[in-house]
Amino acid sequence: MELKRTVKFEADRDPEFARWISHTVGGERIRHCLQCGLCSGSCPLSLYMDYTPRRLMHLSREGFKEEVLSSSSIWLCTACYACMVECPKKINITHLMYALKQRAIEERFYPKRFPIPVMAQQFSRMVRGSGRITESWLIVRVFLRTAIWRLLGMSGLGLRLFRAGRMTLKPEKIERRAEIISMLDSVAATRKELAL
Amino acid sequence: MKYAYYPGCSLRGTGRAYEESLLAVFQALEIDLQELEDWNCCGATTYMSVDELTSYALAARNLALAERDHMNVVAPCAACYLVLNKTQRYMHDYPDIKLVVSRALAAIGLHYDDHVQVRHPLDILLHEVGLKAIAAKVKTPLKGLQVAPYYGCQIVRPYATFDDQRNPTSMDRLLEACGAKIVHYPLKTRCCGGSQKGTLPEIGLELIRHLLTEAQNNGADVIATVCPLCQFNLECFQKEAGNHNHPISMPVLYFTQLMALALGASGEAIGLQRSLIPIEPLLARKEIAYA
Repeated sequence: MELKRTVKFEADRDPEFARWISHTVGGERIRHCLQCGLCSGSCPLSLYMDYTPRRLMHLSREGFKEEVLSSSSIWLCTACYACMVECPKKINITHLMYALKQRAIEERFYPKRFPIPVMAQQFSRMVRGSGRITESWLIVRVFLRTAIWRLLGMSGLGLRLFRAGRMTLKPEKIERRAEIISMLDSVAATRKELAL
Repeated sequence: MKYAYYPGCSLRGTGRAYEESLLAVFQALEIDLQELEDWNCCGATTYMSVDELTSYALAARNLALAERDHMNVVAPCAACYLVLNKTQRYMHDYPDIKLVVSRALAAIGLHYDDHVQVRHPLDILLHEVGLKAIAAKVKTPLKGLQVAPYYGCQIVRPYATFDDQRNPTSMDRLLEACGAKIVHYPLKTRCCGGSQKGTLPEIGLELIRHLLTEAQNNGADVIATVCPLCQFNLECFQKEAGNHNHPISMPVLYFTQLMALALGASGEAIGLQRSLIPIEPLLARKEIAYA
């Protein structure tokens, strides 16, 4: 029989994480949360989440780092902003979800071959290289790294889109691609200098 | 009126018909669009989850290019519209973000002083052109066409000020001015799942199914969208979303395609042939004789 404590002690929490969330962009008002639940009620994905947005807000600000970063909720959020419109305390919940995603990616809190971070990384690489996204190649790159077999399943749809002129193999590119690289380098340098 | 047109990546790919029909509508209504010179990807919702600061800088390059050319921006794609507006807002609210972005722009000889307005075609058509002027130019009224207006999430939430965030009506009114009948569609701002259909397919499909079934149950002939990703999701996965007992087959068009038809454009000019679920039989049945 596996015995498990179901209640957390103060000492189990991570105060650094709690401090971080309330000082990150968008997190300024998290301590004002009333736990009213309008975010969870308006969220079209909360019924699939292990922690609904309301619970996630509470867990985050109290420093339950492990629970929050390994939660499915942060990946289910589609950034539809329904919660933000409803929140009576104007907490920037959608933005906090982005912050949690970034932190989870940085600290590798996700299963191997999990498509959402892979997609985000491939997306940013494509922008760095071309300045624009070519949807067909983005899809191919993501599925090659996550679920090759699904590429086959999607080939029928791909072909129909191709015939309709809605998919192209010719990559979209901007003229002054060097500018994108210069900007990315500049952001990295400023971030380092100001420790952001 | 002259605007800098910011197509965004999708309008050069799966959303080509959106671009074609948008240009047709704006031309019919004599609004000048000039494509923003050497625009780059706005970062969409995806870049934000890897590196937020960089995503603001990327979006700001487009704003700075528009400011350099002294033009306001028209952004038809929902994600572009949101990201460009959000970048403006965050540069204004957070000095650190402004500093990072300004330095990145300076590195390529640009700067941004917050002089650009980013507007959606719905906003411009309703508030700059007006319903009366549009109705006066309608050549082929969309009589008898029952439309479910689907706005999706990122047009009206959270920053748009041109329409109500819970029950937007700008598209309803524009399509009514073109003679269409708007059906009750309470899910009009419910999320379609965005890229979830690719990343978490079962859940993405369920969201898509709800939106389609609701339109079907409320008597819609066609769904009108304002976002390339919504259009893609709702049109391309109908076979999977339906089942043997409840098959779904409903054309999903951009609102600009419907408007352009009413304003006298030909089907081919506005990309009707790019649809996977053809609307031509429906238009024939309704005796809407477009050009």
